[in-house]
Amino acid sequence: MLRKIRIAVAWVVFTLATLLVLDFTGALHLWLGWVAKVQLVPAVLAVNIVALVVVALLTVLFGRIYCSTLCPLGIMQDGVSNLSARRKGKKARFRYSRPVTWLRYVLLVIFVAALVAGISVAVSLLDPWGNFGRIAQNFLAPLWRLGNNVFAWVAERADSYAFHTVDVYIKSGIAFGVAALWLVGLALLAWWKGRIYCNSVCPVGTVLGLLSSAPVFRISIDESKCNKCGLCEKKCKSECLDSKAGTVDRSRCVVCFDCLESCNFGAIKYRTGKAVVMGASNMSDTDVAELEKGITGLEGEVSELENKIEDKVYKKGMNRRNFFTVAALAAAASPAALKAQQVERILLKVDGGLAELEDKIRPERATSITPPGSKDARNMKQHCVACQLCVAACPNNVLVPSSRLATLMQPEMTFERGYCRPECVECAEVCPAGAIKKITPADKTAISVGNAVYNRELCVVPRDNVPCTECERHCPTKAITLVPLNAEEAAREARGRPRTPILKTPVVDNTKCIGCGACEHLCPARPLSAIHVEGNVAHHAV
Amino acid sequence: METKKDITRRDFLKVAGTGAVLSAAALAGCRPAGNRTSAAGGAAAGDIPTDKMEFRTNPHSGDRVSLLGYGCMRWPVHTGANGQQEIDQETVNELVDFAIAHGVNYFDTAPAYIRGWSEKATGIALARHPRDKWFIATKASNFSGPFDLEGCKNMFRRSMSELQVDHIDYYLMHALGSDKETFHQRFVDNGFIDFLLEERAAGRIRNLGWSFHGQKEVFDYILAFRDIQWDFCQIQLNYQDWTIPIGASVDAKYLYDELMKKNVPAVIMEPLLGGRLARVPEQALSIMNNMHPGDTAAKWAFRFAGTPPGVLTVLSGMVYMEHLQENLRTFAPFTPMNDAEYAVLDDVTDILANSDYIQCTTCEYCMPCPYGLDIPQIFAHYNKCVSAGQMLTSSDDDNYNKARRAFLVGYDRSVPKLRQANRCINCEECLPKCPQGIKIPNEMAKVDAYAEKLRQKLTF
Repeated sequence: MLRKIRIAVAWVVFTLATLLVLDFTGALHLWLGWVAKVQLVPAVLAVNIVALVVVALLTVLFGRIYCSTLCPLGIMQDGVSNLSARRKGKKARFRYSRPVTWLRYVLLVIFVAALVAGISVAVSLLDPWGNFGRIAQNFLAPLWRLGNNVFAWVAERADSYAFHTVDVYIKSGIAFGVAALWLVGLALLAWWKGRIYCNSVCPVGTVLGLLSSAPVFRISIDESKCNKCGLCEKKCKSECLDSKAGTVDRSRCVVCFDCLESCNFGAIKYRTGKAVVMGASNMSDTDVAELEKGITGLEGEVSELENKIEDKVYKKGMNRRNFFTVAALAAAASPAALKAQQVERILLKVDGGLAELEDKIRPERATSITPPGSKDARNMKQHCVACQLCVAACPNNVLVPSSRLATLMQPEMTFERGYCRPECVECAEVCPAGAIKKITPADKTAISVGNAVYNRELCVVPRDNVPCTECERHCPTKAITLVPLNAEEAAREARGRPRTPILKTPVVDNTKCIGCGACEHLCPARPLSAIHVEGNVAHHAV
Repeated sequence: METKKDITRRDFLKVAGTGAVLSAAALAGCRPAGNRTSAAGGAAAGDIPTDKMEFRTNPHSGDRVSLLGYGCMRWPVHTGANGQQEIDQETVNELVDFAIAHGVNYFDTAPAYIRGWSEKATGIALARHPRDKWFIATKASNFSGPFDLEGCKNMFRRSMSELQVDHIDYYLMHALGSDKETFHQRFVDNGFIDFLLEERAAGRIRNLGWSFHGQKEVFDYILAFRDIQWDFCQIQLNYQDWTIPIGASVDAKYLYDELMKKNVPAVIMEPLLGGRLARVPEQALSIMNNMHPGDTAAKWAFRFAGTPPGVLTVLSGMVYMEHLQENLRTFAPFTPMNDAEYAVLDDVTDILANSDYIQCTTCEYCMPCPYGLDIPQIFAHYNKCVSAGQMLTSSDDDNYNKARRAFLVGYDRSVPKLRQANRCINCEECLPKCPQGIKIPNEMAKVDAYAEKLRQKLTF
C-alpha cells in the first residue's frame, strides 16, 4: 500500500514538473510553480525558508521520501530502473553494496565550495532539478511543441484560434549536449544499479542522507520474523539493505517501500524508531530536540553560505565591461559580411513575390544580458541552477542558455527571434531559485538591463540610401533620437519641405535605454543588426 | 506557407498565401444558407450552360467578346518538383479549357504578372485551342528605365513568343495615369507609341488601348492624345468606385462617360476590388440578401460592372474552379441590373464607405517590398477582420478576448512574423507603385499600432 502511494505521488509530481517545464503559455506556473520551488537547491538559492523547513521536516520525519516523490530526476531514474527490472531474470538484480562515502562527501564539498565561490557551472551540473529541467527542455519540449503545432494546424483549418503555432528549435547546442550526456549517463547508471547516482554523486542526496540517518519513521527489519532469504536486498535499488546483517543504511534509503512489499513474512516494517517504540517519552523528546537543533544548525549554515556569497561577490568587484565590442564589431563589418547583408534587389520589374530575408545572426556581446528581475550578473550567476524553466517560458524566444563557461547554460537574452516585450514578465514568474526576482510589467519598463549600441557600418540608411525610422519608432522608452545622416541632409531639413524624406540615423540616450532589444530585433539590417544591445553588469533604474 | 487552402472560399485573392485569410464568420457571411454553388471542382459542371454566355461587340474590330474575361494575374502557384515556387500549369490548363468550353474568350495577361510567369503559362494553355476561339490581351509593362525603343520593342516581341502567337488581339500601354511625364518617357519621347500604331496598321496588334490608374487630367490627356482612336481602354470600375473617387482623384462614372463620348469600349478591372466586394460586412450582406436570397456579394458586384452597355468585358482573376463556375453562372446568362438593385448597392456603398477598410486590391504591384514585408497579406488580414466585424473599438468591448486572439493568432497565421507591419521602415519605395494610391507606410503604422495595442493589452 505504502509503495503504491509512493508510486502514485511520484507519477503526479513527475507529470506536473514536466508540464511546468514544457508549458509555453505562461498559465501553468500559477498552479504548478510549487513543484519547482520545493526543489532543494533552488530553495537554498532563493532562501525559501518555508520550502527548506518543509523538506527538512519531511526528511527528518520520514527519511528521504523527497528523493522518491519530489525529485523528478530521481523519479526518472526509478522509471529507468523499473524498465531494467522488467527484463527476464532481472526482477531482483540488486545486492547490498558499501556506500562510496568519500565520493559523496568530496562532491558535496565541491558543490558547497562552488556555491560559495560562485562557480555556477559546477552547481548547475550537479543540481538534480537543473539537470531534470535541461533534459525535459531539450528532449520533451520539442515533441510537446510539435504536438501543439499539429493542433494549431488543425485549428487553422477549422477556423479556430484555440491553438497557435510556436517555434521549435534547439536553443543551445551546449545545453543540448550536456542534457544528452546526463540523460544517457543517468539512464545507464539507473539501468545498471538503480539509485547509484543519487547515493554516490548527487549532493542533494548526500545532504538529505545526513538528515535521514535516524528518521522518526524508518524501515526496520524484525529479526524475529526474518529468515534471511535475502529477497528484500535483491529488490533494494539503493543497495542499502544488508539482509545478512539485518540493517538498512538510512542515509541512502530513499524510502521506496519496495523491500516492504517483497518480504513474504512481514518482517520489514515502516514505523517509528526503536527507542520510541520502547515507549520512553523522555527519550522521544530528546530525539526531537536534537533533531530540531540539527535543523536550526542547517539553517544557520545556509544563511552563512548566503553571506559568504555576497561577500565574495563584492570583493571580486565584478566589472567586466570591456572593449571587446570594438573588436567584435570590426570583425562583423568585414567586407564579406557586409556583402552578404545586401538586400537582394530584383532587377526585372515584375509584380509579386517576396524579398528573401536572411536569418539574423547573434552579435558577439561583450557582456551578456540577463533578464529584468535578475538584478545583476552576479545575482544571476550565484542563484541560477540552469533548469531552463525561464527559457521554456519565454514566449518571445529571447532567453537562451548561455555558452560562456562562467555562466554555462544559465539564461541570457538575445534578440534574433524576438525582443523583450513590455507586457511580459514570464521569466520572473517562473524562476524558483531567486535568480530572477518577481517584477511587474510596470517595474520592468524602468529596469535597464543593457544599452543599445549603434553601428553605422551596418545601417541601411547610409548603406542603401533609404530613409529608415525603425529603431526610433519601436523604442518603448523613446531613448532613440534620429539625426540627419550628414551635413547635406541636415541642410535639406533646415530648408524645410523636403521632397523626399530626410535620411537620418539614430543616437541612443543611454540614460533612457532599458536594453529590451526592440531596436536590435526590428532593425532591417541582416544578418547582423546595425544596432545591438550590450548587457549591463548591474541593472539600474531609469 | 504558400499553399492552397480554403478551397470553398469565394473570393479573388491571389493564390499565394491566401489560406488563412478568411474566418468562419466571413465565410458564412459570404455564403448564405441556400447557396447553390458547388464547393467541389467540376461537380456541378452540368448545371452551367455552355451556350448562354453574354457577348459584347467591339465597335472597332467587330470582335464578339465574352462579358466575362479571364484575368491572368492570379494563376494558382504551387511548389514544383525542384522545391521552387512555380505556376501550377496543369490546373491552369484545366481552368482555361473549362472557361473556353463555357464561352469565355478574352484572356488578359501582362509581362509583369505573377513574377513574370503569367504570359508563358497563359500561352501554353491557350495554344491547345484553335486561335480563333480566343482573344489575348497583354501589355507594355515598361515601368523601369531605360526606355530605349529597342528594349520596348523587345518586350512586345517577347510577349508574342511567350504567348506563342503571331498577332496580339488587345495590346495595352500598361498602367498609365500617374503623370504626363511618365507617359511621355515610356511611350512618346522614345517613339514607342509610333511603333505600336505601325504594328496596329500591320495587323500584329488588332486593338490598341491602355490601362488607367491615376489622375483625372492625365486620363483626359491620353484619351485625347493626338486624336488617336483607341480601340478600347481598361479602367477600374465597381459600385464603390462608381461615385467615390479612386485614390482621391477620379470616379469610375466619369471615366466611363468620357470613354463613351469617344466611342471607346471599356474593359473592366477590379470589379470586386481584389475580392473585398465579395466579403462585405454583415450589415451590407443582409440588405443584398433581402432582395435576392442566395446571391453572393460577388455576383452583385459582377452584375454591376457588366451592366453598362459600353463595357466590353469584365475581368476576373479566377484562381479556383469554383470561382470560375460561380462567375460563369453570373454571366451565362447575364441579367443586367435594374434601378431597385442600384438603390440597394447605393446603401451598400454607404456602409463600405463608413467602415475601416484599407483600400488594397492585392494587385501586388508594390511587391516585392525590399525589406520583406508581405504588404497585400497584411492588409488582407486587417480587412478580413473588418469584414468579420471583429475590429475592437474599445478594450471594454464584450468580445475583447475573442477578437483580440482572432486578430493576433490570425495575423501570425496569415503573415510570418518577420514580414509583418512592424517591419516597415518607412522607406516609401512602395508609395508610387500603388494604383489605389494607398499611403502604405501610414497604413502599416495603423495596422501595427492596432496589433501592439492588443499584444500589450492596453486600455483604449
